[in-house]
Amino acid sequence: MIKDFFSLAFKNLKSRGIRSWLTLIGIFIGVTAVVSLISLGNGLQLAVATQFGVSANQLITVQAGGLSGYGPPGSAVVDPLTEEDADAIERLSSVENTVTRNIKSVKVEFNDKVNYRYIGSMSDNKKDLNLIYTQLDSGALLGKLLTESDRGKIILGYNYYAKSDDWDGKQIIPGKTILVNDRKFEVIGILEKQGSLITDNVVYMPEDDVKSLLNLNNTVDMIIVEPKNKEEINKTKIEIEKLLRDRRNVKLGEEDFEVSTPEASLATINSVLSGVQVFIVIIASISIFIGVIGIINTMTTSVLERKKEIGISKSIGARNEHIFLQFFIESSLLGLIGGLAGAIFGTLLGVAGIYGINNWLGTQLTPEIDFILIFSTLLGSFLIGGIAGLVPAFKAAKQNPVEALRS
Amino acid sequence: MEKKIVIELQNVCKYYHMGHSIVRAVDGVSLQIREGEFVAIMGPSGSGKSTMMNLIGSLDVPTKGRILLDNHDISTLSESNLAQIRGKKIGFIFQSFNLIGNLTAKENIAIPMIFQGYDADERSFRADKLLELVQLSERKDHSPNELSGGQQQRVAIARALANSPEVILADEPTGNLDTKTGETVMDFLNDLNKKGKTIVMVTHDADLAKTHAHIVYWLKDGKIEKVTKRSI
Repeated sequence: MIKDFFSLAFKNLKSRGIRSWLTLIGIFIGVTAVVSLISLGNGLQLAVATQFGVSANQLITVQAGGLSGYGPPGSAVVDPLTEEDADAIERLSSVENTVTRNIKSVKVEFNDKVNYRYIGSMSDNKKDLNLIYTQLDSGALLGKLLTESDRGKIILGYNYYAKSDDWDGKQIIPGKTILVNDRKFEVIGILEKQGSLITDNVVYMPEDDVKSLLNLNNTVDMIIVEPKNKEEINKTKIEIEKLLRDRRNVKLGEEDFEVSTPEASLATINSVLSGVQVFIVIIASISIFIGVIGIINTMTTSVLERKKEIGISKSIGARNEHIFLQFFIESSLLGLIGGLAGAIFGTLLGVAGIYGINNWLGTQLTPEIDFILIFSTLLGSFLIGGIAGLVPAFKAAKQNPVEALRS
Repeated sequence: MEKKIVIELQNVCKYYHMGHSIVRAVDGVSLQIREGEFVAIMGPSGSGKSTMMNLIGSLDVPTKGRILLDNHDISTLSESNLAQIRGKKIGFIFQSFNLIGNLTAKENIAIPMIFQGYDADERSFRADKLLELVQLSERKDHSPNELSGGQQQRVAIARALANSPEVILADEPTGNLDTKTGETVMDFLNDLNKKGKTIVMVTHDADLAKTHAHIVYWLKDGKIEKVTKRSI
């Protein structure tokens, strides 16, 4: 019998005007927001993490100044790190290797066009250089990578090659020469796209060249630390923090440096993303609430409009529960249809988002179509529709047959 | 042998409160309707005939008195039980046909069977038979607004017969039809009566009542003014 009421409800819904369907927009938006957000899944996290230069390798980054670990450090560091700090860290029993890096702002000139960019120093030690490449997590798109013995040569981030507009339309490719702080350097390679506005715009230069170009002494902007046991990366992090506190004579909680692990950085990003997700869920909840009000409204109107039909049904043997079921199922189906449209649109949006991220970052993410999520959403929409229809359905069921027939 | 009584009204009253005054729509009516009879309830507008039809059809309960349907007192039953009884024992035909607009002719006929729990195959089979009976098989998939008034009333007759009720209650069944179509509808009701169905027709058309009914109850101000009988 329930099947028959579903069939009747479908027929009634089919004959409804656009007004009834417009009331579903709330449920549609709410479900779209939730489904698309969850379908994007790790894609969103990866997109944000990549943008902030957080990679999945198991290396520790040490920076001075208490700055955040994302992007090049600023120039306002009062008490910079030194090569001696790196040596001290390397002497820790839990540390395998350290690499120092300088990241500075420089003038880059090509095709008579000047831009201000960052340079990152590259070690003259093969083992250290490999560690930097591991941290960069990127290979050569064109040409080759710097080796420990290269001098007067540079490799460039992806955007130097891809964004020729920055250089008045002329593309920079391996073999070209560019001026860095007015000194000539030969470009020998272009790095693969990393999807970050920061790392894709860096000039990578041998450490000796950076030092002579910028007259640097023993200060460093960043120390990359490779722990001996990657499983105990957090323990190593704590040891480095303790060591640097002693060396820099600062108390716990007043550190003027930052030791960050990929997990910690990801956790920070995740907490930001959680905030965004909570915000979207709040918007979705408000939309669904508006949707519920819409369904209550349309069902109440429907009861009034179909009073005579209720009277007819009662005169031909419909009991109160039959009338209740008819309106309740109809209301539930309204919710379900809103949810279905939202789930389809949300999934498409999620899939499009993943392809967008892949296109943007050059990643190979596959869209996550979570059928349990879709089923739960549809069930939820059906129930929400039903709950919204409870009061109107009770009103319909309680109609006096004589009065209803007379209307 | 006298046939069994299917409907009996014992001193039935139905009063309505209109502000401070009481309207006595039906005021102390007693009558008996036997199986296979064709009964007409006649009266001018406001005589109480519609209220009486609602009471006989178990759409309403009396303020006073008893109504026995098939020897069961329905005067004090709950709305749900009344619905069950009218679904099984009574078939309604209305002046304005009262078909459900978004359903086809066949679906309209099948609806009362849903409420009685018939399965889909049984409903389809019976609805087809009833469509044949009212000669509308070829119009079964048409919606009410695609049918003429006469055809709609024939669908309504078929719907009234859906659950094989003992009594057909017809409220001004030809009121919205032209004379010729009205006659066709009355022919259907007569045929049903000849096959043994009890018909109770409410009308204000004296000729219609006298031509077709065996017994005519003339109502005035909620009371039976006179009863006329026609030999069968």
